[in-house]
Amino acid sequence: MGGLSTIGVSLVSIIIGVPLGLGLALIRWGKVPVASQVVFTYVSILRSCPAVTLILLIFFALPQFGISLSPASAGILALTLSTAAFNCEVWRGGLIAFPRQEYDAALAFGMPRGLRLRNIVLPQVWRSCLPGLVNEMTMLVKSSPAVAVIGMVDITRAAQRVGARTYDPLPPFIFALLLYSVIVYLMIRLQRRLEQPISKPEGVS
Amino acid sequence: MISDFLTIWGQLPDIWNGFLNTLILVIIAATISLLMGILLTPMLMSSRPGIARIVELFCDAMRCVPFLLFVYLIYFALPTMGIRLSNWTSGVLALVLYNSAYMALLLRGAWQDLPADTIESGKAFGFQGFSLMRRIIMPPVIMRAIPSLGNQLIQIVKDSAFLSIIAVTELTSVMNSIQSTYFIPFAAFLTAVLLYWLLCLCIEIIASILTRYSEERRT
Repeated sequence: MGGLSTIGVSLVSIIIGVPLGLGLALIRWGKVPVASQVVFTYVSILRSCPAVTLILLIFFALPQFGISLSPASAGILALTLSTAAFNCEVWRGGLIAFPRQEYDAALAFGMPRGLRLRNIVLPQVWRSCLPGLVNEMTMLVKSSPAVAVIGMVDITRAAQRVGARTYDPLPPFIFALLLYSVIVYLMIRLQRRLEQPISKPEGVS
Repeated sequence: MISDFLTIWGQLPDIWNGFLNTLILVIIAATISLLMGILLTPMLMSSRPGIARIVELFCDAMRCVPFLLFVYLIYFALPTMGIRLSNWTSGVLALVLYNSAYMALLLRGAWQDLPADTIESGKAFGFQGFSLMRRIIMPPVIMRAIPSLGNQLIQIVKDSAFLSIIAVTELTSVMNSIQSTYFIPFAAFLTAVLLYWLLCLCIEIIASILTRYSEERRT
């Protein structure tokens, strides 16, 4: 039960955060006048902001403005905001590394902007960004226990509860630790697997 | 809203105390874990498979475990084994153990990029063991690793916020107690976020100065 909610929170944040990061990266890549400075500041702040502090800020401060969130949605919001900032950097790295000639060639063929992005840029950038994105997902799963601070039932919190009931906090914690380790370990393996086929052809050409 | 921030300003001594505590935690943890990393890296690269295996297992385990759970484990598990530590000490211990694994992995990454001829010519000149490590291998490895070490330092800053859950009086926990006393969560946590930002910007600037310096040295 506890495990499911952690995975759920992380999953929702990943699903929203990855495209959001791409959007932010495109804003910076396209050098949109004011927006790109705003995104730069946003990414800079969010990247240096600890997950706990951000979750506390969102959970306690939003009710001050009349928006009341449940712990789950506050957790998802906080994790999404921070992972979007990190994903933006990953996407931006991929976009900067993207060969400029191909973009210019598409331009020369008179492709409209949307088509250019969708057919030329994204299919390639997506592949080169994937290891970085998975790495970021791993970091996200590792920071998701921070949601426990505002009292949502996730693995950590469930372990704490079981520990409080049986007066022996250790076994549930070790169980939670193992559960997380398995999840993260699988993700690290996935990342290594993804890195290999992509980096090989580059070495040849 | 303005009055909220004035209240925060009124709590300056407490906040300064918390900020200083975060800073001290980060500096201690970073220094010790870098030293530990320097000790662990030769073991990771060791030609004896047993030693390399054990250290690699430790590093991988640390990579897989969320820091918050690790803090809980240190905080609850050590007393059952008869070791009593204060909250502060167990916080530092958790930070050091966790990050020394990352430091070791980062240094190993830099080491693997190192051209083999440097080490071989060092050996040919009769360097071996400790002096080979100190004079030939470690200086370029650390120089190369500076950018990623800077990133890890920022990670330590962010990890230190987790220590608020075991009641170490660092920035986040100070702000949390202020917001629960005066009911000004937005102002309190926003100040915390901005202070963290400031700290990380300083780290980034220092890291980039050091990177430039090391690149000049290398060429």
